[in-house]
Amino acid sequence: MTTAQTSATGTPSLRGEPILVVEDLSVTFPTEDGPITAVQDLTYTVEMGKTLGIVGESGSGKSVSSLAVLGLHDAKSSRITGSIRVGGTEVVGLSESQMRKLRGNRVSMIFQDALAALHPFYKIGGQLAEAYLVHHPDASKRDARRKAIEMLDRVGIPQPDRRVDDYPHQFSGGMRQRAMIAMGLINDPSLLIADEPTTALDVTVQAQILDLLQDLQREFDSAVIIITHDLGVIAEMADDVLVMYAGRCVEYGTTKEILTHPEMPYSWGLLSSIPDVSNETGGRLIPIPGNPPSLLSPPSGCAFHPRCAHRDKVPGDLCTEKLPQLTPASSGTAHIKRCHLANPDQVFRTEVLPMIAPDLAEEIR
Amino acid sequence: MFAFIVKRLISGVVVVALVSMAIFVLFWYGPSSPAQPICDRETSNRCTPERLEVYERTLGYQNPVWKEYGKFVKGVFVGREITIGATTYQCDAPCLGYSFRTKQPVTEEMIERMPATFSVAIGGAFLYLLLGVPIGVAAARRRGSLADKALVSSFLFISSVPYYLFALLMWLYLTVKFEIPFFAETGYFPFTDNPAKWFSGLFLAWLALGIFGCTQYTRFTRGAMVEALSEDYIRTAKAKGLPPRTVVYRHGLRAALVPIVTIFGIDFGTLLAGTIFTERIFDIQGIGWWGLQAVYGRDLPVVSATALFSAVVLIISNLIVDVIYSILDPRVRLS
Repeated sequence: MTTAQTSATGTPSLRGEPILVVEDLSVTFPTEDGPITAVQDLTYTVEMGKTLGIVGESGSGKSVSSLAVLGLHDAKSSRITGSIRVGGTEVVGLSESQMRKLRGNRVSMIFQDALAALHPFYKIGGQLAEAYLVHHPDASKRDARRKAIEMLDRVGIPQPDRRVDDYPHQFSGGMRQRAMIAMGLINDPSLLIADEPTTALDVTVQAQILDLLQDLQREFDSAVIIITHDLGVIAEMADDVLVMYAGRCVEYGTTKEILTHPEMPYSWGLLSSIPDVSNETGGRLIPIPGNPPSLLSPPSGCAFHPRCAHRDKVPGDLCTEKLPQLTPASSGTAHIKRCHLANPDQVFRTEVLPMIAPDLAEEIR
Repeated sequence: MFAFIVKRLISGVVVVALVSMAIFVLFWYGPSSPAQPICDRETSNRCTPERLEVYERTLGYQNPVWKEYGKFVKGVFVGREITIGATTYQCDAPCLGYSFRTKQPVTEEMIERMPATFSVAIGGAFLYLLLGVPIGVAAARRRGSLADKALVSSFLFISSVPYYLFALLMWLYLTVKFEIPFFAETGYFPFTDNPAKWFSGLFLAWLALGIFGCTQYTRFTRGAMVEALSEDYIRTAKAKGLPPRTVVYRHGLRAALVPIVTIFGIDFGTLLAGTIFTERIFDIQGIGWWGLQAVYGRDLPVVSATALFSAVVLIISNLIVDVIYSILDPRVRLS
């Protein structure tokens, strides 16, 4: 594509300074069977008002890396190296009490499956008010309640002054996730991390929740990280995409770049495995063969090589022996990928695209 | 909620009626005549068939069982006259019979015994929770640490000793061997007479019950807390920026409390129904002690009264547990 579009990620945009800078982040959990490195050498930035989508399969490290931003890993059972800066504040190694001031305040997180993530024994309003009060110690309970009602109203809960006294189980699935979002935004965070916010919801509600998140992001002007395995969600929400595999970043760039010119076979696999319900032209659903790798003994070289269909295009045993570095993609420096393939763009156009979107491939040709 | 309680009370009454019937029938068709014990007692173990016949007749044991049960039920509600041998006693409602040994109304004796048992039960149960829950929470927070492992195994050791042995050893060492003055005189002394004596007399019994019982509560609390602390809503609470104490107690313990309260209700009911070993070892003359004496003396009216009493107490404590459960867990709707 054009360089004008890609440069938006490479350099700070007009919207402002980066709110989150992650550099060389590694998260290791020592276990009885040996250390598990769930995240390795991860580097990314999120700017104010922007949305970063992190995609990957279960166990690819997408949630672990985000929990590290909030410092939610137990210090005794995890080792975190590298740097995470939230609005210039270094988070790695920050004291627990300092960290608490950040959590739910400047950075907040919403989780998948709001039924499990909300406390079943406390009223929705009480849980929202608690989140407000912990960061506004001078506020009265009445203020907190008013704030909770206001937030429920903003996320589109009908009759918020009555529903505020409901328990989570009295809400529908979509309403619970709305309440969860209201709780995440109650302290007007600069960064909102949404960990698969729509996974437990049905499709129509998913779309509503995504719309809501986008509206609120505009309203609050906060940065958003959306963690998902659904490229559909990414296409709708994200400005930038980070594709993770086995704890590492394998491709990173603007959403448009990644979705139209992916240069890493794993990203191709993700694109191929999106079911296309509107298209009847014979686009096939192609699953990625094999299973996500064990993090205890990750494959040598490129972690994706056991599942990669394009290994034979790389000379020698490069894929099995040498970990590919993150290198600029053919379209520009703002798009980086981790792959040994010499001409991934061409492979994608001639081999992958005709399989998943024949009419689109036709067009390009 | 109100309808639920009424419904449960009605079914409770039915259960009590069935229990009383079962007890009545079991004694009626027992291996020896129900009049045998009183006859033995009154004749200094020289009960002739003729004498036995007199007791059987006056106590109504020659009538059909349902007729006598009817009399018993009537006695409970309006009172009745009871003839033992040559003497007739007036037994006022709620009449549970006359003790064969003391010739006193069973109901009166039972009411006399209650304060002792209730004192033991309340103090013991209080210690169960006071020791068991905080230790369990602490162990759950330090799960897998050396302290946790040492605690779990030492508590397993205590709870694998039979309770009567544990209580007896406590009494033998603290009262008899070391002669600690505070534990010198165990027993029940009415609170209204001398609160200090009431306290010191019962303290060893509470301690025995509390230490032994808290091992179970520690294990239980630890398990419930470990489970609660791994829930998603705990992660949410942490992500809100709440301090650890709030996360552990307001969010974790609040959820873990539900199963703890459930077993506590049942245990407390069992304690209220009489703690036979505790009362016997520490010489506390409560319901358990009274029931034990009655068994020794084959005092049928008292034995059946204690059985009935435990049934009533357990039914009530179950009902209370259910009501508390619905208060603790808003998802539970009583109907």
